[in-house]
Amino acid sequence: MIDVLYFAWVRERIGLPKERIETQAATVADLVEELKAREDRYAAAFADLRALRVAVDQQLSEFSAPLAGVREVAFFPPMTGG
Amino acid sequence: MIIRVQTDPFDFGRESAAFAARAQGAGAVVTFLGVVRDDGGKLARMEIEHYPGMTEKALASICEDAISRWTLSDALIVHRHGVLYPAEPIMMVATAARHRDAAFQAAAFLMDYLKSRAPFWKKEFGTDGAAWVAAQEADEQALKRW
Repeated sequence: MIDVLYFAWVRERIGLPKERIETQAATVADLVEELKAREDRYAAAFADLRALRVAVDQQLSEFSAPLAGVREVAFFPPMTGG
Repeated sequence: MIIRVQTDPFDFGRESAAFAARAQGAGAVVTFLGVVRDDGGKLARMEIEHYPGMTEKALASICEDAISRWTLSDALIVHRHGVLYPAEPIMMVATAARHRDAAFQAAAFLMDYLKSRAPFWKKEFGTDGAAWVAAQEADEQALKRW
């Protein structure tokens, strides 16, 4: 089980901030494909991966990152702090 | 090093004075304040979302990098989230070092990294409706100078 979190417009498009997912996905990219196949709102949120960033266990990461042993994955647009 | 992520406003003057008072022995203290900007009177409010847990880790990591790179004696980051109104303080950084070059550079570094490596997202609510603030390519480019 992995906690999947969504922030900013990704959260709005998918319609929830967090969910627990049972997945066999090997990488973040595989998880994204699984989610996109679920429902249109996921497909819409993940339509352009260049517009998204991912954090794996709260560390900024790549879509190619493996998911073995990972507890938390978060998807969000580029950050706008400061 | 002090990192604070909070919804409440902060008093920039009081925070700066307290930081400077602690920075005994430092020859230079630099502070920066970020304020909610209202371009053309169209902004009603801003909402800042963040990623609790990752935010604190990211800020601490950025701050530790600055401290070791410029041999700072102290550094401070305060960043707000939640609902903010025009002219309210959003965030501040402070750095203390032996000499001013290090304090200025470390403060600029902290700001550049906060902009695009700390998990905050701004949404503006105005007379034209609501919109997420888009990240600027220039902010990403700014990291390359470090």
